[in-house]
Amino acid sequence: MIEIRLNGQRVKVEEGVSVLDASRFYGVHIPTLCFLEGLSPYGGCRLCLVEIGKPGQSKLVTSCTYKVEEGLVVRTQSERVIKRRQMLLELYLATCPSSKIIQDLASKHHVTQVRFQPRHEDCILCGLCVRMCKEQMQGKAINFAHRGTERAVCTPFDKKSEECRLCGGCMYVCPACQARCQGPGAEEAICNACLNLPQPCLEHFDNAMCYMDPCVACELESKREHDVKGGKKA
Amino acid sequence: MDFQPQVNEELLDQAIALHGLSLVSILHQVQDHYGYLPEVVLRALCRKSGIPLTEIYGVATFYSYFSLKPRGRHQITVCSGTSCHVRGSGRVIKEVCNLLQIQIGQVTPDGEFSIETVNCLGCCAFAPVMVVNGQYHVHLSPAKAREIIISIREDAARESDLQTQEAEQEREAVPLQKDVSLR
Repeated sequence: MIEIRLNGQRVKVEEGVSVLDASRFYGVHIPTLCFLEGLSPYGGCRLCLVEIGKPGQSKLVTSCTYKVEEGLVVRTQSERVIKRRQMLLELYLATCPSSKIIQDLASKHHVTQVRFQPRHEDCILCGLCVRMCKEQMQGKAINFAHRGTERAVCTPFDKKSEECRLCGGCMYVCPACQARCQGPGAEEAICNACLNLPQPCLEHFDNAMCYMDPCVACELESKREHDVKGGKKA
Repeated sequence: MDFQPQVNEELLDQAIALHGLSLVSILHQVQDHYGYLPEVVLRALCRKSGIPLTEIYGVATFYSYFSLKPRGRHQITVCSGTSCHVRGSGRVIKEVCNLLQIQIGQVTPDGEFSIETVNCLGCCAFAPVMVVNGQYHVHLSPAKAREIIISIREDAARESDLQTQEAEQEREAVPLQKDVSLR
């Protein structure tokens, strides 16, 4: 066991685990997009950025690929981290506004504007499908090919693969494949319905009745209530 | 279906024995032999070495040195890096493309020339630079590039003429010899 400082608190963690695992173990939430338990960490989406090191000499690293070290100082919610994360989410929104996961993350992290031209791509190159195919399904049917702006996930020679067993694992994990909720402004690049509209479900049902798990609107609402109660006490 | 060459099993075995699982080295050897990376050969390489085809394809498409399409006998590489761009490589590329009537990345119908651009050749002081068959041509202008290509084309034509002449001579020579032996 080694000791690190997680958001100012001294905590003991096992050697060899990633900063992301350590943080989640202690209940500190770090958003991710290209991370999935059971697959090797990739560090591609950069959403799990944390600030490490002393103030003034700190740097940003991806927590999913960074292993804990003795005396490591980690800040997961510093201003620098939040700013970078919001910028990343804005870029993701512009790349793929039709994804529910990205829209949810944007609302959760209070990203309320998109200053880039929406591109409506159908892939964000997170590499989840590639790793799913290779590591969990033992398929090796798809991989990244080409380079730079032409980089894409495809089968060799863009032909029907003999190795693919049509298991659908790649589609199951794809964050870009999940269509977003068709709320007001379904055509726009940014939805933010979870932030702006009161959810009718919150008045009628409790969380147990809801099939959307996790629901960003519920999370934000409960957080708001929590803040209000906390404010009253103070 | 495109033309696919015969797989040289010996070459693949030899390359795998020599380089182990160093994919880039193997691909270098394959490309040296065929001039490009044919699909059937990559599939055979996957079977023989056990390297997944997805990985081979990923590496082969990542590096611009490797080509999955056949290239011309004379390969023209024009630099379009910053220095060359500033010194007018765009005009050189346009001139060469116009002369050969092909686009970047294509091969002339007779299979003689192919053009491609690269982002730096590492000799920016000589900009603009063009490489033909491994030979560097420096301080280019569109006219100079044109001359180089035309001279290569003429050389190639002369060579093929010589070859056909030699072949004809041999053909003529054969009956003569027969006559001699008959006498």
